[in-house]
Amino acid sequence: MVNFKLNGLEVAVEKGTTLLEAARFYGIEIPTLCYDAGLSPYGACRLCLVEVGEPGKSRLVTSCTYPAREGLQVRTHSQWVVNTRKLIIELYLATCPSSKTIQDLASRYHVTGVRFRQKHEDCILCGLCIRYCSEQMQAKAIGFINRGEKRRISTPFERKAEECRFCGGCMYICPACQARCQGPEEKEAVCNACLNLSPPCLDRFNDAMCYLDPCVACEQGRKE
Amino acid sequence: MDALKTGLRSLPELFDLQLELKKKREQRENYLAVCGDTGCTAWGSEQVKDLFARCLEEKGLSQSTGLKFTGCLGLCECGPVVIVFPQGIFYQKVKTEDIEEIVEQTLLQGKVVERLLYQDPLSGAKIVHAEEIPFYRKQQRVLLANNWKIDPSSIEDYLALGGYGALGRVLGQMSSEQVIGEIKASRLRGRGGAGFPAGLKWEECSGMPAKQKYIICNADEGDPGAFMDRSLLEGNPHSVLEGLIIGGFAVGASEGIIYIRAEYPTAVQKVRLAIAQAEELGLLGENILGSRFSFKVSVSVGAGAFVCGETSALVESVHGRVGEPRQKPPHLAERGYNNCPTVINNVETLANIPYIINMGAEAYSRIGSGKSGGTKIFSLVGKVHHTGLVEVPLGMPLRKIIFEIGGGIKGGKAFKAVQTGGPSGGCLPASMLDLPTDFDELNAAGSMMGSGGMIVMDEETCMVDLARYFLKFLNDESCGCCFTCREGLSRMLEMVEAITKGQSSMAEFALLKELAAVVRDSTMCGLGQTGANPVLSTIRYFTEEYRAHIEERRCPAGVCRDLISFHINSELCNGCGACRRKCPAGAITGEAKMPHFIRAELCTKCGICLESCPIQAVIKL
Ligand SMILES: Cc1cc2nc3c(=O)[nH]c(=O)nc-3n(C[C@H](O)[C@H](O)[C@H](O)COP(=O)(O)O)c2cc1C
Ligand code: SF4
Ligand code: SF4
Ligand code: SF4
Ligand code: FES
Repeated sequence: MVNFKLNGLEVAVEKGTTLLEAARFYGIEIPTLCYDAGLSPYGACRLCLVEVGEPGKSRLVTSCTYPAREGLQVRTHSQWVVNTRKLIIELYLATCPSSKTIQDLASRYHVTGVRFRQKHEDCILCGLCIRYCSEQMQAKAIGFINRGEKRRISTPFERKAEECRFCGGCMYICPACQARCQGPEEKEAVCNACLNLSPPCLDRFNDAMCYLDPCVACEQGRKE
Repeated sequence: MDALKTGLRSLPELFDLQLELKKKREQRENYLAVCGDTGCTAWGSEQVKDLFARCLEEKGLSQSTGLKFTGCLGLCECGPVVIVFPQGIFYQKVKTEDIEEIVEQTLLQGKVVERLLYQDPLSGAKIVHAEEIPFYRKQQRVLLANNWKIDPSSIEDYLALGGYGALGRVLGQMSSEQVIGEIKASRLRGRGGAGFPAGLKWEECSGMPAKQKYIICNADEGDPGAFMDRSLLEGNPHSVLEGLIIGGFAVGASEGIIYIRAEYPTAVQKVRLAIAQAEELGLLGENILGSRFSFKVSVSVGAGAFVCGETSALVESVHGRVGEPRQKPPHLAERGYNNCPTVINNVETLANIPYIINMGAEAYSRIGSGKSGGTKIFSLVGKVHHTGLVEVPLGMPLRKIIFEIGGGIKGGKAFKAVQTGGPSGGCLPASMLDLPTDFDELNAAGSMMGSGGMIVMDEETCMVDLARYFLKFLNDESCGCCFTCREGLSRMLEMVEAITKGQSSMAEFALLKELAAVVRDSTMCGLGQTGANPVLSTIRYFTEEYRAHIEERRCPAGVCRDLISFHINSELCNGCGACRRKCPAGAITGEAKMPHFIRAELCTKCGICLESCPIQAVIKL
């Protein structure tokens, strides 16, 4: 067993457990976009960031790939983490607003506007479909091509893939394909119609004070 | 000299051979060093060398005078450079028509050819000997010193100067712990970018329980404008190879790999030759010099992506897969090439190793005044008089490098900033010129040592435009795996471009800063983590310049095309028509001998009129 500190709490998990798995086991929510329990972690969406290390010497790492280590100090909801996460979500909204998954994330983390130029992409390159295709279907019909801005998903040699087994798994697992509900703010890029969570305690304590979901104080904090 | 044919089987044989070659070298101390590195070759040094060979032959001098086609001699802009030994007479800009004269005058009569001498731009004095030129005199050339004396394709040259003696000492007298202890005591820090203590890195890997381990030499060198690693590999490949073999011994690796980018064909060729020579002599292979240590080295040629210099991406690339960093931990010391413990060191780091073993850790660590020992090679480029490779003790203040070695700013302009650390480094203003070039000091100032790029800029450089240039490079070179690196850098580029066009606002500027911090904090590898540096450091030291672009829609340096305009002062203009004839856009109208006008809607802001006006009547606003 590995013993470490999670939001100040002494916890123990089996060797090889990632910080994300540990946090979820202890009931602490960390948002993810490129993680799936049935696939190998990839670390592409950067949403699952947590703060590790002694205060003053700490840094942000992706919890989905970082293994728990003896004596580690981990904070999942520090101001640094939450503010970074919020800007990342804002950037997702500015890039791919049609996804319900992303709209829900925005609602949940109280991202109410987009300050970046609005784009309309249909893929966030999380790589879930690729890992699904290769790890679950052993088909490898899709993969990444190019790098940087030009990176995208394609089939081998950009031809119709013989390897594809028409399982539809790639579409099922995609967080960007699930269209948003076209709710009340249909014309807006940000809809913010669903649950909204913005812990007021963060401003005063530099850390979340509870991990309840939803938190009563947060709900009230928002109404005021 | 039988050993040259049969190979070396023991330490005494190595030392005997070194001694013999040294004697032979001393008997023939007359030689010409013609620079054969990229800069001088571009100036035509290959023809110069061939003609020298022919001329020496004709005059019957080819027995008494050697001719070496060497690695970089340093003063690249004075190429082709020729140094006549043993006197060390330095000739610059040597052309084929000068060769007879050099042979006649200098070699036969011992006279100096005045007109080919180097002239000091400050005092105007002509300087005869290489070591008296300020550019060299103020340097401390340790790694580059032998470039003057060595033909890189000759292992004999290297051996004659005591080469592979450090390897001999290590295999004959030291344990791997002792070697690591020595490197730790020398305070050598990695020269590839991060500045990690080399001894600690080796210790970590050597402590890993594994049958198979690897050591890789990182010669990816992707920074635009940097060529230190290439010069070492092309000028003195055996020194890097010797360092790699010693490293292999220290960490317990049985195999070494030299990873070179495909854009360096000469380096690849020289390194392959060096490996073959070392194998033939028994300095590589089974039971090297009769010891129990066996080691082999191969070359891996990369397709040349900047991100492949990052260690985990490099390992992927050596495997033949897409060069994309992977999440750490596990670190390479645990799981690297072939899933075995692997150490990756930069070319320059490895080239230091033989010197440390030879001169002793204590003496080495005393070089330099900073917190880390030794020298560092910088590629000094930009608006200085002398561009080229300079090697200085760590801790030398920036001012000394730029103004004393580099000879100050060209054309009497004022110094504005120096960019250190390659594309992801930072820009430092004049107020930071007394900063010592030390890993920690540079980091604290918001820049970094990186691999040693040093770009000097004068008052005509726009810092916003500069940030845009480096961002563009990083945006193109990002692997694109991390959302915040891929999308973050591309949005930052978009926002900085808007600033250079005068289409930004202070609110957007604040958002740019916020985004830059998020990109720095939330990305996987060094590219993303340092990718915001060009923006953050220019904002830190040149906020006013950003403000001028945003609030006044004005580019103080007169660089950003959308923010400048050209006008003709009608009181000065005498209507000569020079600008009208030169203007490629046909934007200038006017009758002969009457004041001319620029039609703003047609002007492409190329600035040709400004240069073509004989009486400076064109003004840039
Ligand atoms: C994007 C990126 C590019 C890099 N490029 C190089 C390179 O071209 N050459 C190099 O030696 N190190 C490069 N590095 C640094 C290496 O990752 C690594 O730190 C270094 O090779 C380790 O050797 P050292 O300890 O001897 O410095 C790069 C790092 C990053 C993040
Ligand atoms: S198609 Fe969907 S699952 Fe595949 S990478 Fe893009 S967003 Fe992820
Ligand atoms: S930080 Fe950039 S270059 Fe590095 S792994 Fe992430 S996307 Fe690739
Ligand atoms: S070159 Fe100068 S003087 Fe001649 S027309 Fe142009 S601006 Fe006038
Ligand atoms: S879930 Fe960890 S980076 Fe995407």
